Amino acid sequence: MASYSANSREEGRAPLPMENRELDWWLMPLLTVVVLTLFGVYTTFRAFENNYYLYTKNGANYLSPFYSPLLPIAWSLHLPLFGLKMVSPAIYILIFPLAFRLTCYYYRKAYYRSFFWDPPACAVAEPRADARMKYTGERKFPFILQNLHRYAFYAAVVIVIILWKDTVDAFIWTGPDGSHHFGIGVGSIVFLVNIILLSLYTFSCHSWRHLIGGKHNCYSCSCVTRSSYGIWKKVSFLNHNHALWAWVSMLSVWFTDFYVMAVASGMFKDIRIL
Amino acid sequence: MRDKVTIRLFRGNANGGTETDYEVTTFPGMVVLDAIHQIQGTQDSTVACRWNCKAAKCGSCSAEINGRPRLMCKSHVEDFADSNGLIRVHPLKTFPLIKDLVTDVSINYRTAEKIPPLTVSEDIPRPFKMQQIDVERIQEFRKCIECFLCQDVCHVLRDHNRKDGYFGPRFMIKIAALSMHPLDTGNRLRQLKEEGGIGYCNITKCCEEVCPEHIHLTDNGIIPLKERVADYYYDPLKILIRKIVGPKKK
Repeated sequence: MASYSANSREEGRAPLPMENRELDWWLMPLLTVVVLTLFGVYTTFRAFENNYYLYTKNGANYLSPFYSPLLPIAWSLHLPLFGLKMVSPAIYILIFPLAFRLTCYYYRKAYYRSFFWDPPACAVAEPRADARMKYTGERKFPFILQNLHRYAFYAAVVIVIILWKDTVDAFIWTGPDGSHHFGIGVGSIVFLVNIILLSLYTFSCHSWRHLIGGKHNCYSCSCVTRSSYGIWKKVSFLNHNHALWAWVSMLSVWFTDFYVMAVASGMFKDIRIL
Repeated sequence: MRDKVTIRLFRGNANGGTETDYEVTTFPGMVVLDAIHQIQGTQDSTVACRWNCKAAKCGSCSAEINGRPRLMCKSHVEDFADSNGLIRVHPLKTFPLIKDLVTDVSINYRTAEKIPPLTVSEDIPRPFKMQQIDVERIQEFRKCIECFLCQDVCHVLRDHNRKDGYFGPRFMIKIAALSMHPLDTGNRLRQLKEEGGIGYCNITKCCEEVCPEHIHLTDNGIIPLKERVADYYYDPLKILIRKIVGPKKK
């Protein structure tokens, strides 16, 4: 039988180890670390690659979401070891969706648990005992910036609008004579699924839910607040699955970029359906 | 279902104690609280445990079963016995221990006293008439049975012991219920940010996972409050507008 004596527990708490969950609590944090790290490595590689982001063969019009919109900016840097290098536009485009996901209330839960172990899982103690009393949560820099999530949301809305335009373009094919007509390729379907999932993720955002109606206390007070109540209810319905949209939209945008890279580099061919 | 299970129960107080094994005879539908009662009735009448309704409505029998905060009256023995028929039952670890499974949760009542009650203008005619769309959001928070499992699992209180800086999830939703009340005229944002310490919450949602009433504490309570605090203290555009046109009346 295990015996315990009062030791480091504060304020006369039970003299027991802080956690003794024997379940596989580490599985979710591990999975999160693996997937987010792989996504981070892939995205960094693609952002710096600055190639294979546009596929226009056979009249298709697929632009990778990592490089959209195509900006008329061409910055170059003179690097000591590499010479003159073009700055990939993906670097300054990806800042906005990255900021949206970094400050997202769901991703915060995911990375605070998985990367910061704060806590690693429910009722599982933070392993760094020396850091216990230094915890400041989201009260100090840099985490206090999480309070500006709504600005990242505004930027994400602009990006989603641009990606909807790219999706429409993915269904408009260019003929040999330069005419444009409706058509469907596998890539078009990939783009459509991706933008639907990205829209669900963006418009299930907690900040949006607050701004569109959550901020009101009295919904019955005017026709404006009554209307916002209706929208708030719908956003709340989407918001219930915000974590799901966060994951599937990340995987879909990952796959969409990979698809464009693969067909543009000749790894495999895009199949025309219609 | 097993005929017998072993309850490995913490016996002792804050100065020390042991985990003691008790073998109990099971019956269909048996919950962990039944097992504790059987131990008290047939093996050791000195086992201390707090309970009242045995219907998951009074919030008294909170404990940690296999390392996770739960209500003993809502935890079926057959769901928690491992392959050896063993269930570990410990007291809540965030609060001072009195004896065995009984902890001193009075800090929660002292925290509750710090929150100003509903403040309604004298001009509003009594009794209050309210529309369903105005109250349904806060009705969820009224389901709270004050079992304090959310306070127990909150890592800010449990791991970092910041009871001096953060009210905890139970009191965040108490403030949410007041703040979102259509008739409340109190400004609760300063208390939320300063004394209540909402910034300590990093929304890791453990409070939501353990809530026996399935209240969405973070999604529907704490996050909307964080957004309200952001409106007032952090959104530069709103701060600028407020400076130009003056503060909005509630």
